[in-house]
Amino acid sequence: MRLLVLAAALGAAVPAVALAAAPAPSVQRGHEVFDRWCAPCHAPGPGHPGTQSLEAKYKGSKPGALEQRTDLTTELTRFYVRTGVSIMPFFRKTEVSDADLAALGAYIARPRP
Amino acid sequence: MAMLPPGVSRGDFDKALAEFGAAIGKDWVFTSDEDVALYRDAYTPFWGEPEERLASAAVAPDSTEAVQAIVRIANKYKIPLYPISTGKNLGYGGSAPALSGSVVLDLKRMNRVLEVDEKNAFALVEPGVSYFDLYRHIQEKKLKLWIDCPDPGWGSLVGNALDRGGGYTAHAFRNHFDAHCGMEVVLGTGEVMRTGMGALPGAKTWQQYKVGYGPWIDGMFSQSNFGIVTKMGFWLMPEPEAYLSGLITVGKRADLTPLIDIMNELENQGVYNGMPFIGSPLNGSIEPGEQFRFPVDPEVQRLLDRPGDFPVAELEAFCARTGTGFWGLKLQFYGPAEVIRAQWAHAKKRFAAIPGAKFEDQPLINLPLSPEQAEKVHKVVFGIPNLSIFFIGARSETSPPGDGHIWFSPIIPRTAEAIFEAQQVFGEAAKEMGLPMSPLSLPGTYWHRAFIFIFGFPITRDVKTNRENREKFRKLIKIAADHGWGEYRTPPAYQDDVMAAYSFNNNALLRFHETVKDAVDPNGILSAGRYGIWPKHLRGRKRT
Repeated sequence: MRLLVLAAALGAAVPAVALAAAPAPSVQRGHEVFDRWCAPCHAPGPGHPGTQSLEAKYKGSKPGALEQRTDLTTELTRFYVRTGVSIMPFFRKTEVSDADLAALGAYIARPRP
Repeated sequence: MAMLPPGVSRGDFDKALAEFGAAIGKDWVFTSDEDVALYRDAYTPFWGEPEERLASAAVAPDSTEAVQAIVRIANKYKIPLYPISTGKNLGYGGSAPALSGSVVLDLKRMNRVLEVDEKNAFALVEPGVSYFDLYRHIQEKKLKLWIDCPDPGWGSLVGNALDRGGGYTAHAFRNHFDAHCGMEVVLGTGEVMRTGMGALPGAKTWQQYKVGYGPWIDGMFSQSNFGIVTKMGFWLMPEPEAYLSGLITVGKRADLTPLIDIMNELENQGVYNGMPFIGSPLNGSIEPGEQFRFPVDPEVQRLLDRPGDFPVAELEAFCARTGTGFWGLKLQFYGPAEVIRAQWAHAKKRFAAIPGAKFEDQPLINLPLSPEQAEKVHKVVFGIPNLSIFFIGARSETSPPGDGHIWFSPIIPRTAEAIFEAQQVFGEAAKEMGLPMSPLSLPGTYWHRAFIFIFGFPITRDVKTNRENREKFRKLIKIAADHGWGEYRTPPAYQDDVMAAYSFNNNALLRFHETVKDAVDPNGILSAGRYGIWPKHLRGRKRT
């Protein structure tokens, strides 16, 4: 477990170029965490209040769906998951562990082709 | 470190925390300010005020045995514990304790689906299992079973049922506590007990026969603090062949009386088994929640905003001119296509007795839904967990982002007369207090023998506004009680107030609860204050 945490933390910290060269295993886990914990509000399309809210906020200047964003750092993901914003509550470590949060951050910030 | 449990010394608390760590692993004992802050209630009406209910620490066991170990240690040091299941009871307390300084007993890691029996249509789950989790399990195993979920799908089946929450599918499953069958409970002493048939070693029917033998005591573990439920069985609905809905609209205000009377009779006869949605099409839609999405016709809005008497004649004239229903009722049916078509045909015959009643047939939907269909439907009606309800308070084109909400939700009789009275009483109160409430608001129809008249209070991060809203909420509790209406559920901030309203014969019911509390939890360590039940050593104190 400790090794995994370390790997995830490192994965989150290394630059995008290095990640592209050697994909961190945590990105896959991060995708799973996203599907479980974030997608019900942040997936694309109607019926997703997080997406609706961000669409209303950015009015087309940025995508409303988080997985389509390319400007979110691991630090920002961490901040919102542990602090919450508006009606989105913060998440406890029994829900999203620190290791899973690092993986989630890595997934959100993953380099895109 | 944030705070100590009341009446516990630093030395004893440290010893208890060390023993908790030894029992369940110190990674699962949370004591840092940063970690403990995650147990705040995100929708507390006390945010940032001295009265906010805060944890002193949190512990997260992953088995019944570990829960027992924690309870024994807590007894030794008189540490107040506050169990939560998934901690997502937002609007009704979230993950925060009712008594500041309690150690939150976070059961989220107990997330095993222990059994799903397709043939007998039941599930046995631990408290950390969410509606999403059980739904996923059933889908992965391709079982032909439905769950019944409340609006937010991240809640716990166990927690929601114990808080007596409700859902949206068929009659027999919407009341989540009524649909449970069998519990395992860790008592205040640390002893484990099973209820119903579970008390019989090797029982073959723990999830099929609720009451077992002797007094049936499951109700005592709902909305209470008499034990920690670690397993709970639930009856599930076999996947129906088809779904049908139909709309009935009536054009006059007084038509609500026969509309509700026939609706009740047909539901109590089992002519329809889905949730009947009632509302005013003048509000834009009758589907619960939908009225927030569609603007009210400007002409109707002008009439509603006009000072003076409620403009019945003008609204009825608007309905007659535009073909809009004054009231609408959506009936829903689950079952074999030929049966539910016949049920709807019969229902239409009955409602045709109301002069001017109009009917709108909806296409029959064969089940299961395709993934494309599932995206378009009102998901909870099909037992599909989701979080779309959080559009309430989310930023939109027309409203700024909110900070949360709590619900004021008294039970009223299931009659039109009661609705009219509640509309008048709460309408006047809302106007006086400056609260938004449509005079056309209709109650929730989750339960088949009573209505819940629900309205939301926004939560803010502004202390002054929250203070004013708390006073208004308390006033509403009193107004409701004066009319014979009591809340079905409420956040910890108001649990004492609501319990005080249930005061028949000098609070005989609360005194009974206190007698039980003292007997089954002699050290008073479980969920002190939850639902207004305080252990002996904390009883009778003045609280905010």
